Amino acid sequence: MQATANEAQRARLVIVGNGMVGHHCVEQLIERGASARFELHVFAEERQRAYDRVHLSEYFTGSCAETLALSDRDYYASNGVHLHLGEAVVDIDRERQEVITAEGRLGYEQLILATGSYPFVPPIEGSSGNARLVYRTLEDLDAIRAAAGSARRGVVVGGGLLGLEAANALKSLGLQAHVVEFAPRLMPVQLDSEGGAALKARIEALGVGVHLARATQSISTGEHYRYRMNFEGGEHLETDLIVFSAGIRPQDALGRTCGLTIAPRGGVVIDGQCRSSDPRIFAIGECASWNGSAFGLVAPGYAMARNLAALLMGESASEFSGADMSTKLKLLGVDVGSIGDAQGVTPGARSYRYIDEATASYRRLVVDASGKRVLGAVLVGDNSYYDTLLQYAQNGIKLPADPAALILPQGCGAPALGADALPDSATICSCHNVSKGAVCAAIDSGCGDLAAVKACTKAASGCGGCAALLKHVFEHELSARGVTVDKSLCEHFAYTRQELYGLVRVEGIRTFNELLERHGKGQVGCAICKPAVGNILASCWNQPIMDPALVPLQDTNDTFMANMQKNGTYSVVPRIPGGEITPEKLIVIGQVAKKYDLYTKITGGQRIDLFGAQLHELPLIWGELIAAGFETGHAYGKSTRTVKSCVGSTWCRYGVQDSVAMALRLEDRYKGLRAPHKLKFAVSGCTRECAEAQSKDIGVIATDKGWNLYVCGNGGMRPRHAELFATDLDDETLVRLIDRVLMFYIRTADKLQRTSVWREGLEGGLDYLKQVVIDDSLGLARELETQMQQVVDRYECEWANALGDPEKLKRFRTFVNDHRADPDVHFVRERGQRRPAAPLQLIPTHEEAM
Amino acid sequence: MNLSNTAVASETRWQAVCQASDLVADSGVVVWHEGEQVALFYLPERDRQVYALENRDPHSGANIIGRGLVASLQGELVVAAPLYKQHFCLRDGRCLEDPTQALRVWTARLRGGEVELARS
Repeated sequence: MQATANEAQRARLVIVGNGMVGHHCVEQLIERGASARFELHVFAEERQRAYDRVHLSEYFTGSCAETLALSDRDYYASNGVHLHLGEAVVDIDRERQEVITAEGRLGYEQLILATGSYPFVPPIEGSSGNARLVYRTLEDLDAIRAAAGSARRGVVVGGGLLGLEAANALKSLGLQAHVVEFAPRLMPVQLDSEGGAALKARIEALGVGVHLARATQSISTGEHYRYRMNFEGGEHLETDLIVFSAGIRPQDALGRTCGLTIAPRGGVVIDGQCRSSDPRIFAIGECASWNGSAFGLVAPGYAMARNLAALLMGESASEFSGADMSTKLKLLGVDVGSIGDAQGVTPGARSYRYIDEATASYRRLVVDASGKRVLGAVLVGDNSYYDTLLQYAQNGIKLPADPAALILPQGCGAPALGADALPDSATICSCHNVSKGAVCAAIDSGCGDLAAVKACTKAASGCGGCAALLKHVFEHELSARGVTVDKSLCEHFAYTRQELYGLVRVEGIRTFNELLERHGKGQVGCAICKPAVGNILASCWNQPIMDPALVPLQDTNDTFMANMQKNGTYSVVPRIPGGEITPEKLIVIGQVAKKYDLYTKITGGQRIDLFGAQLHELPLIWGELIAAGFETGHAYGKSTRTVKSCVGSTWCRYGVQDSVAMALRLEDRYKGLRAPHKLKFAVSGCTRECAEAQSKDIGVIATDKGWNLYVCGNGGMRPRHAELFATDLDDETLVRLIDRVLMFYIRTADKLQRTSVWREGLEGGLDYLKQVVIDDSLGLARELETQMQQVVDRYECEWANALGDPEKLKRFRTFVNDHRADPDVHFVRERGQRRPAAPLQLIPTHEEAM
Repeated sequence: MNLSNTAVASETRWQAVCQASDLVADSGVVVWHEGEQVALFYLPERDRQVYALENRDPHSGANIIGRGLVASLQGELVVAAPLYKQHFCLRDGRCLEDPTQALRVWTARLRGGEVELARS
């Protein structure tokens, strides 16, 4: 059966629907070599190829259709799949085995329905236009965004999982958000009443209004806002827009019209092989009904897709046998977890509960009548308990003597379930159905780091909820195989960067040789430890990097205070704080560039980069720039780069704070600060976020009450959204918190570790960082501020310092015995400027040593 | 290409190329010598104090070796090329990452406040 059929012999397989499950099915088919056996056609009602609906609210916080897309643009075409976007199947002719679209008919041998679900909107009088929005597709989100443009307040009807996501979306659009729920608690499916109460308290603390046990009877014209929602019992709430998220219904219209058997509560009835009442038609995902229920989560849909792909390819496929509806979420930034029988409805079930009203945290553990097995759990406020509890529940692991310890605050000696306690069959990643055994097999087949394990098994690449557990298992398995993870910096220092930082600071060490003598091996050091120690010394003591003892430590960019380019010439970047520059200074940059014939380009950090300077020209160029009032931009250092800003309230009709003034203040304070890696900042004057602060290490966004602080974002190769760290801060508090975050990063990060990676590796995550920085749980806050102030006080422009010292300038000679320039540097002119001539032989960069 | 750095005193013709004060301790500078670019590295604390290597980096084709960082790896003194970070032995110019690559070397010494080079 594995023989490759030619074009004519291939059976036609049509998939209707290109949502997450439909796409996953295509992936699973292609992985199994289906292109050889089937001519695959996918029809999609939406114009956008399959995208990640789980993270839909990120569409309002920086993601676009392209970043949410689940595949590369050419994935379908390059695998020979015919993708018909924006072409809805309107009917199925089962007799002739054809699907019918507006474009025509297409025959099929086999057909898969993956049409998903649609939002249920209860019939309410007066509900239309902006009072009848839904939250399901990117088009829906565009409609919400358009409606929000002129709105102040938005209401979501429905306090379930999707409703709270929608409320988050409204909030990130800058609206005052309210949630109206018919049931007496939030997330009635996943939570019990205490859990719902804790979640309500947390969400209200974020400024979102929560109205429970309210049934909307009609919608009329409002007095202060556009609409007025009239509740049963006489109360009302006014709003400018209403988003309905009151549940989903299986999108089974096609199945109904062509006469397939439909379940009483909706959905195409399927058997364990996902087969409908017509043996040539299958249904998977939210449009299907198995055993009387439809599943509104992605994991069961993926399981169906996987089983069906195996079945169609003639592999031995397991039957779909129901789904674990356990779920771990972050809703409006609040951890919520629900496992198994969360409500404790199993006969004989007993519960342990932990309630902390002070911080609105709640945990419930449901155990069976014998008290030996976990049946379910509810978590609100802290999902760090989730992985362990899920493993207990899914794998029937015997409970410890005191089950309550599993939900008590950690630090009371709670017995965390070690990776070794998990059986090989334990599911680590439920999105991609990866077991612990599969992870072990990947390690045995040579995956030596976490990234390789992820690439090989796909674990942690779905919702990402299992990332921490995967890391834990990986590290445990490595050490079980006798592999010790050597954390030595290099052959000269058997310490990590953090440890060296501690030694330098505690012992007051000021030079590399002193550190090498006391704590290292050998006499010279290497290209790893020298720059790393140079960087630590600069972070601690902020001596000029051109001091004779420090010069040999720096890699070439720091040594010559410019960025070496591929032909050995340098680029020069003067600091332009906040991107604000006077015409006079702009003219000076132009004059200097013209005089030295420098290629000139605007950078992404709102400054100007001047390329093509030879070593001996650097002091001349800087002499002119400094005379005009410029300072070094530290573009060459692992240090503060730029503070990007929008024009803010001074000019912009939307601005609520003076973002430029704040950017100038921050750039002036942190310029010259050396850190484990480069630091980028941005300040936006309003929630429209034109400065793109959420992609920076430190992002500041104005609110009408002050500033919101975001931390540990990143653009570049591995983009990461910055996380909201503190809200509505005044100027002084903002600066104090940034002082603490940055100094804590400098003290504890690894060498060349950006804040994003550092943050992801922090035990305890964002909450821990908040405890240290905001609550001062380690008693470090004052010390961190003091250290930052010392660095700030010792700032001086490195170029000004070097220009004042003939000894230091001696290095800036292309030849120390001759005045000529490097005769091998050649340029050609292109678009009115010069650029390096003759393509140089390029070698792919391996791990950057500096 | 002569990879040997051992001078044979009797046949050696020494030429002064710059002042000792032009050197930078534990680091490199570059001289123009008989139409060629030579990188000089100065290690005042070591038994042998001066090394001289070809300034052209074979991987990038740019003249940058003299601006590299001096290091010790597995007991060998090396210079790390600033662009793509290959390591070249100061003693014989060998590239640690790519055995087919090597920099030319000169014999170098300090004599009377001057740096002298010789091709043996």
